[in-house]
Amino acid sequence: MSSCILKIENITKSFAGFIANKNVNLEIFEGEIHTILGENGAGKSTLMNILTGLYRPDSGNIYINGTRVNIKSPKDALNYKIGMVHQHFMLVNNISVFENLLLSMKLDSFVINERKLKSKVKEILREFELDIDIEMPVWKLSIGQQQWVELIKLLIRDSKILILDEPTAVLTPQESEFLFTFLTKLKSQNKAIIFISHKMKEVMTLSDKVTILKKGETVKTLNRGEFDEQLLAELMISNKEHLKLEKSAKVFSKQILKIKNLNVKNDKGLSDLSDFSLELFEGEILGIAGITGNGQKALAEVLTGLKKPLSGQIIVNDQDITYSTSKSKYISGIAHIPEDRKTMGIAPDLSVDENLILKNYSSDKFTNFFFLNKEKIKQNAREQIEKYSIKMGYDGIPVRLLSGGNIQKVIIARELSENPLILVALYPTRGLDVGSAEYVHQVILDSREKGMSTILISEDLDELLKISDRIAVMFRGKNMGYLSPESATKTEIGLLMSGKK
Amino acid sequence: MISIIIDATIRAGTSILYATLGEIIIERSGIINLGIEGLMLIGALSGFYTTYTTGSLFLGVISAVLIAGIAGLIHGILCTYFKGNQIVSGLALTMFGIGITAVLGKKMVGQTIEGFKRIEIPFLSKIPVIGNSIFNQDILVYLSIVLVFVITFVLYKTVWGLNLRTVGENPYAADVAGINVTAYKLWATFIGSGLAGLGGAYLSLAYTPLWIENMSAGRGWIAVALVIFASWSCKRALFGAYFFGGISAIQLRLQAMGTTISAHILQMLPYIFTIVVLIIATIKLEKGYSSQPESLGLVYDREDRK
Ligand SMILES: Nc1ncnc2c1ncn2[C@@H]1O[C@H](COP(=O)(O)OP(=O)(O)OP(=O)(O)O)[C@@H](O)[C@H]1O
Ligand SMILES: [Mg+2]
Repeated sequence: MSSCILKIENITKSFAGFIANKNVNLEIFEGEIHTILGENGAGKSTLMNILTGLYRPDSGNIYINGTRVNIKSPKDALNYKIGMVHQHFMLVNNISVFENLLLSMKLDSFVINERKLKSKVKEILREFELDIDIEMPVWKLSIGQQQWVELIKLLIRDSKILILDEPTAVLTPQESEFLFTFLTKLKSQNKAIIFISHKMKEVMTLSDKVTILKKGETVKTLNRGEFDEQLLAELMISNKEHLKLEKSAKVFSKQILKIKNLNVKNDKGLSDLSDFSLELFEGEILGIAGITGNGQKALAEVLTGLKKPLSGQIIVNDQDITYSTSKSKYISGIAHIPEDRKTMGIAPDLSVDENLILKNYSSDKFTNFFFLNKEKIKQNAREQIEKYSIKMGYDGIPVRLLSGGNIQKVIIARELSENPLILVALYPTRGLDVGSAEYVHQVILDSREKGMSTILISEDLDELLKISDRIAVMFRGKNMGYLSPESATKTEIGLLMSGKK
Repeated sequence: MISIIIDATIRAGTSILYATLGEIIIERSGIINLGIEGLMLIGALSGFYTTYTTGSLFLGVISAVLIAGIAGLIHGILCTYFKGNQIVSGLALTMFGIGITAVLGKKMVGQTIEGFKRIEIPFLSKIPVIGNSIFNQDILVYLSIVLVFVITFVLYKTVWGLNLRTVGENPYAADVAGINVTAYKLWATFIGSGLAGLGGAYLSLAYTPLWIENMSAGRGWIAVALVIFASWSCKRALFGAYFFGGISAIQLRLQAMGTTISAHILQMLPYIFTIVVLIIATIKLEKGYSSQPESLGLVYDREDRK
């Protein structure tokens, strides 16, 4: 029988009167993968931050190997061999990948022995099959690559307790699989692994135990064999009513957007989009399948005016807007759910109320002459918060303090509130709990009824098959062709995604 | 003639160079210190006073560094433990420095000491034109140039430097990596403020060498601006400081030659030129990317979320 390496007893933590963790109890054993499951804002990250010494609990005890410990700082946590991958990366953007990794290596000399350490770091990256230039500053990496740098920082430390807070949210399914082989190996070395994810399939295959957290309290711990997807969902979701997605049958006739032979290059001069063509019909949900990094981000950026194409045409309602001045009008009709919520999606220091009106703060709806109308802004916020069940702790809280999933909900609520013409959504349900993901699907479907056309970029084939009217597959910046979700199989899509026709 | 101007350039630029290096170290830790001007005066007076009473230039330098360092540390403590506003605290430090040195320095006005002597470096000082102006300077000039390279090395090639930069860029990342964020910020403010003090002491122990009320004359502010325009790089700071020194030297020449241009306008020139040239230099270099430490000026609170 393996022993209880970590015990959490009656941990309570509040922020300005809002209770994020309430009498949480948890036991973690050596050699197990223990999943913490809960809705957005249930307090998972808060609890993990307490274990790593970032947050001090109001009350409660933590025991490691049976002895009570006082984790006063992240340094203490490291001394107790607790390591963590944080949901929002703890990377230094302006320094190189090499230097970022040095931060979690044991350096024995004051002067950094570059030659020796660089070859060591390169070797590590090779082990993780990562093709990254180690001199590159971190901000230039894709989110997926950043996630790997974060993961490697944890994996090269000699930790006994490894905490992974939504490590797979931005990874491709293949990458997640690859990560799991490492986790399983660590498990067999008798390490304890605490895993957080909203992806039920992963939770089912990976977990030895699942503990459910609801509104800051532990509900139950279940052993492998005692849980299935259905049961877990029921236990974690607070509002019981189950949405049944309804999608009306529709015939699409009017082409709203046409992309012709678009070429886009990235900073490194490589092609992000090469001769990319696409058609979108009014009121249609067009799913775009593809492994991340095949030009999806560039597509979204070109469509939303953040990037300029080298050549090609974008035609909206029969009007070529690629370089025309009518662009700004068209862009104002576009809603964008960006990939990187923290840097692109929000104004971190503003409140939820304010973030919800960033797109139309100057409309009559929210102003009296040129003053903002606080009352109407508040009213709007109340509606959206209720609709999307955004959990935000105390009133007026700056958006950056929200949980990851709730930040995502704020962005979605704002982007969809103005009846946009076209929605460009990059991985919109990333980091959302199952209930919220369902709800967002419902909202997209509802907007479809109102005539909104959607480009839904996702890696989750289930999501794409569930709500798309058509699916296009992207590979190396090209459109590989369209499929119908009624008839297409996952294998078929998968083959196209890897470039095989 | 050229030789004399180069010589004057270096001598006029050195005190700013020290102060700029000091501010670079402080800002690398994420703290803005607008107290440089005050710290330079504190350094200038304590250096002068100590040398005047003990007769030792060495002790003068030590006391300038220590006393300015400690005064700066107060700013550091306010910005870390007390989560104070860095701008307000820095401005207060400058005003404090100006005020207290004016009061305590009254007795030193008009006193004289024997300042730092030039040390001629054999052979090198015999190089035509530049030799005698670069390699026949006092020890503090040599030290300042050595420091440019030492600090660059420490910042980029040592664990301490990596940790310090991490603290200034992303204190959360530093903290979870086990780096003591507060300790690094305090050390950086202490060392950096000490260097600013040394910059002041250069004025009163080598450049003039006298104590004159408010003798730093805005050099501390130039240093603060130089840090930005030098993109937090010590080597570019060296260029900036000497540029300032160069214009000062030429400007003094012009005055000595008795031009009709008002002396006040001439005295403005180094400040204006330095800022203009460095703005142009920065525009060319940056292109949408800033080398400013990401968390500069922000209060670090572990329980906040970034
Ligand atoms: N530093 C903080 N200051 C204020 N409130 C906070 C802070 N950290 C967390 N909270 C609040 O505590 C609640 C729980 O947040 P937490 O991040 O733990 O949720 P989570 O379970 O990780 O959710 P998600 O699945 O969306 O990541 C949220 O309502 C959040 O606003
Ligand atoms: Mg979380």
